[in-house]
Amino acid sequence: MTKELGIEIEKLNVWFGEGDTHVNAVIDASFSVKKGGSFGLVGESGSGKSTVLRAITGLAPDWSGKITVLDEVLGETRTRNFYSKVQMVFQDPYASLHPRQTIDHVLSEALHLHGFSEPDNRIMKVLNDVGLSQGFRFRYPHQLSGGQRQRVAIARALVIEPEILLLDEPTSALDVSVQAEILNLLTDLQAERALTYLMVSHDLAVVGHMCSEIAVMNQGEIVELLDVEDMRALKAIHPYTQQLLDASVQRRRVD
Amino acid sequence: MSELKTSPETKQSLHDWLVSDAPTSRRQAKLSSYYRAWLTLKSNPMAMFGLAILSGLLFIAAFAPWLAPADPFEQDLAARLLPPGEGGYIFGSDSLGRDILSRLMYGSRITLYIVALVALMAPIVGLFVGTAAGYLGGWVDVVLMRITDIFLAFPRLVLALAFVSALGAGIENAVLAIVLTAWPPYARIARAETLTIRNADFIHAIKLQGAGAMRIITRHIWPLCISSLVIRVTLDMAGIILTAAGLGFLGLGAQPPSPEWGAMISAGRKFILDHWWVVTMPGLAIFTVSLAFNLLGDGLRDVLDPKKNK
Repeated sequence: MTKELGIEIEKLNVWFGEGDTHVNAVIDASFSVKKGGSFGLVGESGSGKSTVLRAITGLAPDWSGKITVLDEVLGETRTRNFYSKVQMVFQDPYASLHPRQTIDHVLSEALHLHGFSEPDNRIMKVLNDVGLSQGFRFRYPHQLSGGQRQRVAIARALVIEPEILLLDEPTSALDVSVQAEILNLLTDLQAERALTYLMVSHDLAVVGHMCSEIAVMNQGEIVELLDVEDMRALKAIHPYTQQLLDASVQRRRVD
Repeated sequence: MSELKTSPETKQSLHDWLVSDAPTSRRQAKLSSYYRAWLTLKSNPMAMFGLAILSGLLFIAAFAPWLAPADPFEQDLAARLLPPGEGGYIFGSDSLGRDILSRLMYGSRITLYIVALVALMAPIVGLFVGTAAGYLGGWVDVVLMRITDIFLAFPRLVLALAFVSALGAGIENAVLAIVLTAWPPYARIARAETLTIRNADFIHAIKLQGAGAMRIITRHIWPLCISSLVIRVTLDMAGIILTAAGLGFLGLGAQPPSPEWGAMISAGRKFILDHWWVVTMPGLAIFTVSLAFNLLGDGLRDVLDPKKNK
């Protein structure tokens, strides 16, 4: 079980624009995520960590290298079958839900697209799983708080029963108290459903709580791979990682 | 949840049921959002005034044969050009002795017919072109938007005139000509809206559910474009009525003896100095209806604007 890989990325390069506007967002990134494991990508804003997720999901069109997801090497386009196994939770819950669709509508459409039967039962179950009562089912996003919206976004990703969940800073737009709730929810769901997580964050505390392995990114490159024990012990080799850890420790002292 | 009423019994509980924070069915959620929109519209007196005028127009158009005091086509050359109030003609009579009030009432049918057809066709054409251009981008965008630009480059009435003279005079062709000249602004609006929406996370999210371009455009982008189009249509209604009246005035729209308002003004042109009411009455009718559409459009903007109505 531990030897099987969920996601394997080799020599991934992602770029935007052509000619004068050409920007290399990710340079020669390689890492792998074990099936059922959780992997954290950390780095400051603009370091290219979210772009890695976008390349995996097909939202960033220009990339080279090799991406393997559940033993399947990915090509130019993604099939619906791929999306039934890999789902993503976005950073901003205020932007990731359609403003004119009820929660019920969002979840039924996901189920419909992937041909699930008994949508009613599945919707009720997934709402229950993410800690929302049935009273939320027919509400519109503007009738929900940020934390509730993020629960809906998680429900949308989970309702079609994927194996891998890509988390793009799932808590950074939320209050501190709500952050903890969402992180605990994600940890519980992983244990229940044997999910594989690839999580992007700029917050070392969040990654330290969630992930067992960590890659540190700086200006598009992965500068260091380390496991969570090393991180907690502040045993970093690369100066940038050291700097990041110091900043995080200092911030906690100031808090 | 069990104590929540699922069917309304009295007026008060109907209201509570409609504004409930936790709807219990798809139908209730939908009705509730309509009801809230209605409450917002109701709180705007000018919009309600516009709506009242338009309901009146609709009523008159529907029941014209029963409401009109006389036959709109019946001529009485002995009673030509009688001023308002004289000889039983409330709004006076025209150059052939026909009752102007009755002609206005029957004419409202033509006006509504033109407005309804244009309002249905032009925004739909614009919506198709604009959202496809905005979402698909690339060469589709270039081709569609250059075609739009070509249509936009012509003055509206002149282009409509050219179409009508090519297609032949008549109401149907006038409608077609107005649609052909009216769709480009809608395409522009729809494209602009689409460009702001297409990179939103909720569109990415549905893409990641495996939805295709057609589904994303029609199910996810259209509902967000429609509100700004509806506002624009109601504000444009006045222009549409005026263009139709202008075509009628130039003899290219409705043909005599049809009581179309623009054609009535055109026919009264010769008597404008001595017999003002022949031109003024249809002019007032056009003015009132245009104003009503404008007021309603302003009110609808408050109701439908998704940025304001959070």
